[in-house]
Amino acid sequence: MAQFFPHSANAYARMSLVLAGVLAAALGLAGDRLQRSPYVTKEGLRPEQPVPFSHQHHVGGLGIDCRYCHTSVENSSFAGIPPTKTCMNCHSQIWTNAGMLEPVRASFRDNKSLVWQRVHDLPDFVYFSHEIHVNKGVGCKSCHGPVDEMPLMYQNATLQMEWCLACHRDTATVLRPREEVFNMQYKEPSRGNPVRFAGVDYFDQMKLGAAIQKEYHIRNKFELTSCDTCHR
Amino acid sequence: MATDGPHNVPTPKPGNDLVQIGAPPAKAPKLELEAVRQQLSTARGPQYWRSLEELADHEGFAEMMEREFPRHVSEWTDAVSRRGFLKLMSASLALAGLSACTKQPDETIVPYVQQPEELIPGVPQYYATARPSAMGAQPLLVKSHMYRPIKVEGNPEHASSRGASDVYSQASVLDVYDPDRSQTITYLGNTRTWGDFLGALRDAAGGEKAKQGTGLRFLTETVTSPTLAAQFRQVLAAFPQARLYQYEPVNRDSARAGSRLAFGQYVDAQYQLENADVIVSLDADFLGGPYFPNFLKLAKDFAGRRKLDGKEMNRLYVVESQMSPTGGKADNRLALRAWEVEQFAAALAGAVGAGGNGTVDSDAAKRFMSTLAADLKAHSGRCVVIPGEQQTPAVHALAAAMNSALGAVGKTVIYTDTVEPVPSEQMLGIKELVDEMKAGKVSLLVMLGGNPVFNVPADLDLKGGLEKVPLRIQLSAYKDETSRYCHWQVAQAHYLESWSDARAFDGTVTVVQPLIEPLYGGRTAHDILGILSETPGQSSYDLVKAYWKSQSKAADFDAEWRRILHDGFVAGSQFPAKTVSAKAVAVPAPAKKDQLEIVFRPDPSIYDGRYINNGWLQELAKPITKLTWDNAVLMSYNYAIANKYHDQQTVEINVGGRKVKGGVKIVPGHPDGSITVHLGYGREFTGRVGAGTGFNAYALRTGANANTALGATLTPVDGKWQLAVTQHHHLIEGNHVINADLAQGQSLAGEAAVSRGMIRSAVLEEFEKNPNFANEGAFEAPPLDMTLFGENGHYSWTTDPAKTSAHQWGMTIDLNSCVGCNTCVIACQAENNIPVVGKEQVLMGREMQWLRIDAYFQSAASDVANPRLYFQPVPCMHCENAPCEPVCPVGATVHSPEGLNNMVYNRCVGTRYCSNNCPYKVRRFNFLLYADFDTESLKGVRNPDVSVRSRGVMEKCTYCVQRITGARIQAEKEDRKVRDGEVVTACQQACPTDAIVFGDMNDPNSRVNKIKKQQRNYAMLAEVNTRPRTTYVASVLNPNMQLENRVEKKSEHGG
Amino acid sequence: MADSPEKTRGNPSEPGVSPPVIAPGYSFGQVTEKISNVVLTPYTPWSWLGGFFIAFGIMNVLLIAVGWLFLKGTGIWGVNIPIGWGFAIINFVWWIGIGHAGTLISAILLLFKQSWRTSINRFAEAMTLFAVVCAGMFPLIHTGRPWLAAYWLLPYPNTMGLWPQFRSPLIWDVFAVSTYLTVSLLFWYTGLIPDVATFRDKAKNPVAKFMYGMMSMGWRGSARHWHRYETAYLLLAGLSTPLVLSVHTVVSWDFSVSVIPGWHATIFPPYFVAGAIYSGFAMVLTLAIPIRAAYNMQDFITDRHLNNMAKVMLATGLVVGYGYMTEAFFGWYSANQYEAFMIKNRAFGPYAPTYWALIFCNILTPQTLWFKKVRSNVPLLFVIALIVNVGMWLERFVIVVTSLHRDYVPSSWGLYHPTVWDWATYLGTIGLFVSLMFLFIRVLPMISIFEVRTLLPQARVKAE
Repeated sequence: MAQFFPHSANAYARMSLVLAGVLAAALGLAGDRLQRSPYVTKEGLRPEQPVPFSHQHHVGGLGIDCRYCHTSVENSSFAGIPPTKTCMNCHSQIWTNAGMLEPVRASFRDNKSLVWQRVHDLPDFVYFSHEIHVNKGVGCKSCHGPVDEMPLMYQNATLQMEWCLACHRDTATVLRPREEVFNMQYKEPSRGNPVRFAGVDYFDQMKLGAAIQKEYHIRNKFELTSCDTCHR
Repeated sequence: MATDGPHNVPTPKPGNDLVQIGAPPAKAPKLELEAVRQQLSTARGPQYWRSLEELADHEGFAEMMEREFPRHVSEWTDAVSRRGFLKLMSASLALAGLSACTKQPDETIVPYVQQPEELIPGVPQYYATARPSAMGAQPLLVKSHMYRPIKVEGNPEHASSRGASDVYSQASVLDVYDPDRSQTITYLGNTRTWGDFLGALRDAAGGEKAKQGTGLRFLTETVTSPTLAAQFRQVLAAFPQARLYQYEPVNRDSARAGSRLAFGQYVDAQYQLENADVIVSLDADFLGGPYFPNFLKLAKDFAGRRKLDGKEMNRLYVVESQMSPTGGKADNRLALRAWEVEQFAAALAGAVGAGGNGTVDSDAAKRFMSTLAADLKAHSGRCVVIPGEQQTPAVHALAAAMNSALGAVGKTVIYTDTVEPVPSEQMLGIKELVDEMKAGKVSLLVMLGGNPVFNVPADLDLKGGLEKVPLRIQLSAYKDETSRYCHWQVAQAHYLESWSDARAFDGTVTVVQPLIEPLYGGRTAHDILGILSETPGQSSYDLVKAYWKSQSKAADFDAEWRRILHDGFVAGSQFPAKTVSAKAVAVPAPAKKDQLEIVFRPDPSIYDGRYINNGWLQELAKPITKLTWDNAVLMSYNYAIANKYHDQQTVEINVGGRKVKGGVKIVPGHPDGSITVHLGYGREFTGRVGAGTGFNAYALRTGANANTALGATLTPVDGKWQLAVTQHHHLIEGNHVINADLAQGQSLAGEAAVSRGMIRSAVLEEFEKNPNFANEGAFEAPPLDMTLFGENGHYSWTTDPAKTSAHQWGMTIDLNSCVGCNTCVIACQAENNIPVVGKEQVLMGREMQWLRIDAYFQSAASDVANPRLYFQPVPCMHCENAPCEPVCPVGATVHSPEGLNNMVYNRCVGTRYCSNNCPYKVRRFNFLLYADFDTESLKGVRNPDVSVRSRGVMEKCTYCVQRITGARIQAEKEDRKVRDGEVVTACQQACPTDAIVFGDMNDPNSRVNKIKKQQRNYAMLAEVNTRPRTTYVASVLNPNMQLENRVEKKSEHGG
Repeated sequence: MADSPEKTRGNPSEPGVSPPVIAPGYSFGQVTEKISNVVLTPYTPWSWLGGFFIAFGIMNVLLIAVGWLFLKGTGIWGVNIPIGWGFAIINFVWWIGIGHAGTLISAILLLFKQSWRTSINRFAEAMTLFAVVCAGMFPLIHTGRPWLAAYWLLPYPNTMGLWPQFRSPLIWDVFAVSTYLTVSLLFWYTGLIPDVATFRDKAKNPVAKFMYGMMSMGWRGSARHWHRYETAYLLLAGLSTPLVLSVHTVVSWDFSVSVIPGWHATIFPPYFVAGAIYSGFAMVLTLAIPIRAAYNMQDFITDRHLNNMAKVMLATGLVVGYGYMTEAFFGWYSANQYEAFMIKNRAFGPYAPTYWALIFCNILTPQTLWFKKVRSNVPLLFVIALIVNVGMWLERFVIVVTSLHRDYVPSSWGLYHPTVWDWATYLGTIGLFVSLMFLFIRVLPMISIFEVRTLLPQARVKAE
């Protein structure tokens, strides 16, 4: 029978087989990375805000408590975004004519709300409650990251379901005493740095977490990973 | 919206008449729809409406609307196709937006500038208010989210509702956001400002003032507000010759006339059913719904004596002219034509020694009457006779006579002042008004609410009268038939938008306080009257507060006022009992007995037509017929057979030459030789939801025979009248079935219902003999260990201590208490953002309500005419061994450690396998994009704690998981367990008879556990081993065995 | 099989035992010519063009129907509560069933050394492939949110930290069907290689030459090639044999795993597989008869073939009939009121006509195949095959719709009325199927040239 392929074709054939495999693997990997990339999750992005508000300055620098602005964090699912009034409490006294703050003054003057870009935005079918988390010893930092070091606010985690589940499957890894929840300087217990809880010093987060789980009646992982915990 | 425009200017004759007063608008430059769209496209929310009004100022607007949306273009009148017409874009949105791998669109946060003190963002607030009604105000507690009223509940503090509510109250919150409501002040269909109106009215009033108000007439719906009554007194003082007329199509004339006959004065009868061992209803549908005065209290008290919790069980006799929920709950029932009821009442009165003599024809009726009389005498002082609202005055008088003769007064019934401040016999009033108008005596007519042109009896020729009135002003929520005959139409504020007051039926003063600023700038009757008073410009709030200040004896009224607003009512303001003595009345024997009788009744869903544009109510299956989006010609099975009628057949009703076409619906238990039609449908001029539904029964009514008429004739007409019925009826007759639904030919269903033990029921004797009757024989669940998989075969979330949870939720539904009033269904719909799908989709079997109320008829072969009716509310059973769970390929429906059967909408891909595999068929599927993502205003009514489901997603009852979660979070913050009664599901909260109980099965003392321990407690389809968490309490009836010829009792529970 | 191996080996040296597998008097060259001419002629017959464009038109109806479906949602179909599954699933099962004959003929009959299979296996396999393609669409498009179902049904490490639910038969379906598709594709393609090589050598048109060249993957027909080919082919045959049983068994589980009376039955797997083969052979006949007439291939697809296939139909038809009887029997014997009601409802309920039509099509009609006269009457055979195709579709209708429309709670009983879109989708898939068949016939050898050549007496002589 007549030849159609040159003899070398066999080599190519074999090579292409290998390459196909490699390519498939590469695509898979790429897709896997992509779905977790900041492009999708917006992790670490700093959106344009009407006023370049610096948490670093207000929290880290001046040491203002989270709850001064986010008033409803302890008793509502929604932490609360401060009304312009809150800004003006101070800024009617200090930096009264800083150009940077003009939008704030304008808002107060014309009774027109500031329009902030949302940084932490969960899908509408997710029902997250700040109040239960902060009341059960989950620190602000655990999700929002080192806010006191953020000149401009950004999203510190992927906020994807697997990220939520990581804690819900084992709460001991993040729990801290209630009084430490809003403490930005709080450090996880370690050999050199014990954390005192219920009169006991803990040198290991897992031990501390276990103790807190008991003390605060944290629900077990089956309950916390049940769909209706977040979806309804 | 499309409801503006000069095309409202009526047919030529009144039109010409109108020209004299105001010249028609000069032709304005054409306005193109596109331009309008442009103008609106930028606008959102409230601003949207504002821009609409700006827009409406443009004179071409109305003309453009006419051009672009002519009335009754099917696209707009049919809810579904209208939706379809708008949906394409949303559908594609859904395609893009809901996919898990698309990234979130950017969102913004808009905080307050100055945050209100009392507001915690994200936490709902509750305000007490009331829904005013001619049948007595319904005291309410309304949930407000970020100042949007989103859910209505009964006021638990209030004696006459005790936390329960009714369908109209539950659904009323939707009306607040109805985009079809009147949103403007119009003069001859052209938009005007409030200022213009003030001027016009002041001028006209000035003229009247000069002549003592001779030509000034007010026509209102029943005045229920003491403040408004006081205002009227003022105004009438200023205009001595002016007159106030009240008219509602569904009124209490019979009761009023009756009480005039019996007592020589107007009083209300307040029945104390908690003290009644024997209750007799003379065509009184007092368990049917809010169309009966004081329904909530009556239903609660009635059911309170049927829970077999130690209190002696009461016995209910019902003599009625149609199949009503009350008749269905009767222990002994007698179906009579309406006019026969009067005779029966007279005869009964004679028999119990209250005077009166009537002729009862049939032997059955005679036997019933004598037995009943005996039973009444035996229970004198512990019995009560309740006359029907639509019965004749004589029946009311006779009932009063009987009650006093039987020593019921002061025990089971007390007489008090009337709930409305200005009681009147409205039909007489409206006749008088029409005559005055015809005689040209009326120069200024002010109509506050109501739609008389639509619902005043046809023979009165109100239109003719109106045309003779130079200036007519209407305050109404919708641009309706009457608006077309008025010069001025002023948008009326919804009761949730306005300050007012009203009395609950027991007389308790309740304050109506607004939950939200009028969305569409609506005004109240107080405002309009205010204009005519000496002190104009007072707000409704000032007026109401001032009035009650004047009534109050409190030292610090402001403090008391705050308490009133907080509680929602003035404590201890119930009417005191009056001492009155009834005198007997004679009843004339009726003529023309053999003629066909037609009975007019308010519609269970849309009342007198005022709720016709409310999608929730339109799609609500009526208690007996399970009919939606329509009214029908209801008739008995025998009558239909005899005259060769069948379901959905179009017939023409002819009453004294007035003709209307409607569809036939056969109803078991309807008396022969009589047909029933429901009022309110067949509106020619209403919103998009209501347009084109049903037929107009008002066209058949006359002033003389407003409730029943003899001498109707039916003639079959070609063509099928499609009736969207959610459940087809099957009369269970012992173990075989009379098919009450010829069109469907599904005669097996009734039999199946019996043999499958859907309903389990016994009479008291049997129950006492065999308390376990409900759980015998084939219905037992297989033992737990009857499984191939050993331990793993068990339901680990209940047995495995590591996985189980502190709470295990469960529910019981008491078939004895349920009166099928549908309140739970609407409550569920409001709480859970359940969409409305429209008639076409219901016809295809795609209604979305999570909770349905199945109705099964049962009757002995010997007594087919008087079937017994069982209501069975069916939510999700939350099976521990749920068939839906293992079949879902993506695990979108899974079990929670607390025993909930979760449905995760955002995970669902819509294979519908779970629904196929659900033995109870309680799952609902979004076959199309049912949720309305387009109508801006409707977004306001949504419950923010519940996801709005999109197309292609399965949904179902969640046991109100959002409420459970809320309560649990609260409890966990306080480091405690959830207390019994802390979680109340929407259906449970709404139920007037406490038929539904929800709670924690792990808590041995919880109410739900106590009930589940009762022997009457049974699980539907237990033998399928689904282990449902929702169980039923079997029905036990207390019939008078002398009348009881339903002997083959075993059949009822399938033995 | 109906015949014993001896008889079916079709040995021309013992004439008269049974009609030969192919008509005598062909040389190797003639066989090649006859088959390849159908494809390699530059001239396309009008009949082909006409037929193809009709089919293609119908296929476009499918595109429109599915487009509208994606735009509006499953609500355009007649499905509702309680009947959550309608035409989509019926068609799915029907097509999958049809897709069984190919593999059965190629694989199982190959292993049983049923040499008569050779002249029909090629297009039977093609038919299988196309049928599975048609079937494969439905599980996806019948979902409410296909754009999610498309990948949520597959197990992959996702950001939700979730997996599909492996307890659900629908997931098993995904694997079963996709495996089946892959294997039958490979099987079919492997079988094609030698013939495609032949085309490559005979093709005049350079484009065709190139295409066939690529497809034949450098086949030179050397002894080594033949040796490897045989091994591969045998392996694939062995691989796909269990699939013939597994696929429809899994499909049957979609129903038998549920609790619905009429679905929840242990008889389903065997009875579904039998039904599948039944409908598969019916479809092969439906295609073979016209094709062999159109391209007068009577010499290759002989009456002997039709006869055998008829016998297979008869056999499987009887199994299916047995299945129906068992269902009825258990309706009574189980003493379970729901089962009993289900049977009663099938026979006398609103959908009774479909049930009796099904009995007529699937049980009564094939009984005529007992008679040789009928089996050898080609037009009659064609009609019977068509009837059985319809019957098998009705069977699925009865199973899906009649069981669902009246299950446990009488208040929730309902009726199912297919809409124009249901029909459009169904016809559309038929259009797709037929167009693919047309294309196949035009560009590929519909009968395995080299295998048929092995049937020639010369081949046997060589072998000995």
